[in-house]
Amino acid sequence: MITLSVNDKRVEADVDDDTPLLWVLRDHLNLTGTKFGCGMALCGACTVHVAGEPVRSCVTPVSALAGKKITTIEAIGQSNPGKAVQAAWVVESVPQCGYCQSGQVMAAVALLRSNKKPTDADIDAAMSGNICRCATYPRIRAAIKRAARSLA
Amino acid sequence: MITNESRRDFLKASGALLLGVHLPQALAQSPVKYFEPNAFVRIGADNTVTVIVKHLEMGQGTYTGLPTLVAEELDADWPQMRAIGAPADAKRYNNTFWGEVQGTGGSTALPNSYEQMRKAGATARAMLVAAAAEKWNAPANEIKISHGTLYWRDRRATFGQLAADAAKQKVPENVTLKDPKDFIYIGKPARRIDARAKSDGTALFTQDVKLPGMLTAVVLHPPRFGAKLKSFDAAKAKAIKGVREVVAFSTATTDGVAVLAADYWTAKKGRDALTAEWDDSNAFRLSSAELMDQYKKLAATAGASARKEGDADAAMKNAARTLEAAYEFPFLAHAAMEPMNCVARLDAGGCEMWNGEQFQTVDQVQVAKQLGLRPDQVKLNQLYAGGSFGRRANPKSDFLLEAAAIAKAIEGRAPVKLVWGREDDMKAGWYRPMYYHTLKAGLDAQGNIIAWKHVIVGQSILTGTAFEPMMVKDGVDATSVEGASNLPYAIPNLAVELHSPKIAVPVQWWRSVGSTHTAFATECFLDEIAREAKKDPFELRRALLAKHPRHKGVLEAAAQKAGWGKPLPKGRARGIAVHESFNTFVAQVVEISGRKIERVVCAVDCGVPVNPNIIAMQMESGIGFGLSAALAGAITLKEGVVEQSNFHDYPVVRMNQMPPIEVVIVPSQEKPSGVGEPGTPLIAPALANALLALNGKAVRTLPLGQQARFV
Repeated sequence: MITLSVNDKRVEADVDDDTPLLWVLRDHLNLTGTKFGCGMALCGACTVHVAGEPVRSCVTPVSALAGKKITTIEAIGQSNPGKAVQAAWVVESVPQCGYCQSGQVMAAVALLRSNKKPTDADIDAAMSGNICRCATYPRIRAAIKRAARSLA
Repeated sequence: MITNESRRDFLKASGALLLGVHLPQALAQSPVKYFEPNAFVRIGADNTVTVIVKHLEMGQGTYTGLPTLVAEELDADWPQMRAIGAPADAKRYNNTFWGEVQGTGGSTALPNSYEQMRKAGATARAMLVAAAAEKWNAPANEIKISHGTLYWRDRRATFGQLAADAAKQKVPENVTLKDPKDFIYIGKPARRIDARAKSDGTALFTQDVKLPGMLTAVVLHPPRFGAKLKSFDAAKAKAIKGVREVVAFSTATTDGVAVLAADYWTAKKGRDALTAEWDDSNAFRLSSAELMDQYKKLAATAGASARKEGDADAAMKNAARTLEAAYEFPFLAHAAMEPMNCVARLDAGGCEMWNGEQFQTVDQVQVAKQLGLRPDQVKLNQLYAGGSFGRRANPKSDFLLEAAAIAKAIEGRAPVKLVWGREDDMKAGWYRPMYYHTLKAGLDAQGNIIAWKHVIVGQSILTGTAFEPMMVKDGVDATSVEGASNLPYAIPNLAVELHSPKIAVPVQWWRSVGSTHTAFATECFLDEIAREAKKDPFELRRALLAKHPRHKGVLEAAAQKAGWGKPLPKGRARGIAVHESFNTFVAQVVEISGRKIERVVCAVDCGVPVNPNIIAMQMESGIGFGLSAALAGAITLKEGVVEQSNFHDYPVVRMNQMPPIEVVIVPSQEKPSGVGEPGTPLIAPALANALLALNGKAVRTLPLGQQARFV
C-alpha cells in the first residue's frame, strides 16, 4: 500500500512500487484527466505537477513520490495560473481532439509559474516536449501569451 | 420521432449511468423534461438546446459545426447549445451522402448535414412558435425569436419555458429555411462547444471508460502481418500478481494473445512476459526497399487507365522536349494521440461497445459477424476520439473486432477494455500505403505543356472492403488516383495510369487519402516544368486554370496575401501549390530561409464558410499534420517487421517546428464542403517547391529527412 498526496488529498493505492504514477491516477484513483499517449516520456500527454514541477507520470514510479505533493489537471484550475491558462485555452479555441490538452495545460501552467512573460523561444523550450497531433501549437502559443497577460 | 421514454431508455441502456468516472454534463441522465421534435434536437426545461450529433468528434469540430446549423435556424443563444454523440442507428443517423450508412469521413460531416440540421432547427423553431401562439393567443407570424427568447408584444418566453407545450405541437411537414442574408451564426466564429471540457480534463474518451468489473486487455500481436499463432506460453504472464486471464484470439485481421487484469500496468507486465511462436508461412516478409524496387518495375508496364485525354504517348513523340521525374512515398502511420482502444461487454442481448466511433454501420456488421450476432445486436456508444485522421474508420473494424474477440474468449466474464500501447498502435499496420509515381511531360517549342503522363503504383485501399463495388471501377480505386485523375490543368493530351499491387501490409485512408501523394507528385512536377520552361510557378498555374475559377481564386488569394513576386532577402524563397480535395479548394505559399519555415499562407474556398474559426483551425491542423509527414514521417519494413515503434523513431512536428500560418477564407456562396482533410496535402509540395526555388534541387522522395532539415 502506497500513500500519496494527490490534489491536496491523502490517498492510498495497493500497487507495486514500479507502477507508474499515470496508472495509479487513472486506474486506481479514477483521475482520468491525465492521459496515456506513449509510455516513454516522449509526448507529454501524461504531464502532472510534482512539487509544482512538470513531470511525465507515465515513467515516474509511485515509489519515488512518497511525501511529495502531486497536482493533476483535475485540480489545476483551483490555482490562479491554472484558471488563467484554462480560460485562455477556451478563448483562443485551442483544443481540437483534446486528448493531449491536459498535458499541454499542465506544461503551460508550470511555464507561467517560473516565467511571467515567456518569449516565443521560452515557449518553444517549455512546450516542445508536448506533442499535439492536431497541431494546435499556434493557438497554444497565443493562449500562453494571453494567460500571461491576464496574470500580469 | 423519438419519444422521451425511448431516449431515456437509450441513456439507461447505454450504461452511461454505470460508468465509474465522471461523465460530461450532457451525457448524464437529467431529470429535466425535454422537447424532442426530431432525432437531432432536444430542448430541455432547463433551457439548454442539445444537438444529437451523428458524427464522431475527433478534433475537426463537428460538435460545434452541427449545433451551429441548428442554432441558426432556431435563433438560439449560443451559450445554451450543447452537443452529444448519437447512438449507432443508420435509419436515423446515416451520412446522407452514403445512403443508409452511418459514419464520418471524407470531410462530409458538415456538408451532408447542412440542410438536414438546418431543417431540424427550423422544425423545432416552428413548434416553439406554435406553442407560444397557442399560449398567448397570438398570430404565429407576429412572434419573433431572438437569442433563445420568443417575443410578442409584451410577452416573452424562453425555449425552456415553452418546451413542454412545444412537445404537444404537430411536427410541421415543411419548414422554410432562412435566407442567407439573415444568418446570425453561419459565417461567424462561434467558440467551440467542447473547448472547456477539453481544457479541464473532463472530456470523456474511450480510454477513460470504466465499467463495473471491467478488465483491461493488453495484447501481443505477431511481428509480421499475416502470421498465425502457433503456440504461446502463458506461465510467466500468469505468474504476475493481478493477471486474471490470458487468452488467444483470432479475428478477420489478425491473430493475437491478450493478457487481462484489472488495470493496464499489470496487464502490460503480463503481456511483456508472454512468449509466443508464430507461423510465418503466409506472412509478409519483404523490406521496404525490395517493395519499392518491385513498384519501379511495375511502373514501366501498362497500367489501368484512370484518365485519358487525347493521346499523351503520341504527343510526347512530337514534343520539342520532354521531362521526367519519379516520386517515392513511404507508408505512414496515423499516430493519433489516443492509441486505438475499445470497450466491449457481452450479454444475453448481444454486444455493447464504447468507442470513439467513426464507422457505425460497417462496425456493427463486422462485429456481428465476428460474434455470430445480428448487426442490430451490436450497440455502439459514442465517445470523443483522441484524434483519428482516418484510423478509427477502419474498413475491417480491426480493433473493434479485437475487443469483441477477447470479450468472447473470456466468455463474457467481464467487460473488456482493449488498450493498445503506442508501440502496438504504430506496429499494427493500416498505414497510408507506400507509393511510387512517375511523371512525364512534353513541351512545345514555346514551353507549353502539350502532353502529361502520370503512372501511380501503390496498394488499393478499397479493394476487399465493402466499398469496392462503389469505388473501384475497371481496376481503378478512386482513392488511389484522386488528385491526379482530376488534374485541373488545361493540357490537351493527358494520361493517368494505375497499378494496384496486392500485398499483405494492411493499409487505410490517412487524412486526405489519395491527395497525400498525388498533390505532391503533380504540384512538384509542375514546378519542375515551370523551371525548365523558365516560367513563374504562380503564373503558369494561373494560365492553366482559366476554366477552373475556384482553383484560380484560392491561388490568387494565397499569392496576394503572401506577396508572391515581391523580392525577398537573399537566402529566402517561396513555393506555391494548389489542389482540390473533397470539393474544397486550397492554395498554399510557403516561405523558407535556410533551416526555418518562416511563413505559411493558406487560402481556402470551402463554399459558404459556416465557422471561420473552425475552418482556420482545420487548415492549421492539416498543415501541421502534413508537415510531420513531409519532414520525417515514414514507416519502414525490414523483412516484414515494422521498424518504428514510438515518437522517437516516428517523429512528428512539435511546437518548435510549427510555422506561423495565415489563413485566408475566400468568400463563396457554393454549398459548404468539408475542411478536416483539405489542409493537409499542400504543405509538402509547397515546401518542396520553395526548396527547389532556393537551391535548384527538386525533392522527389518523402520524407525530406536528411535532404533538408528544418528546426
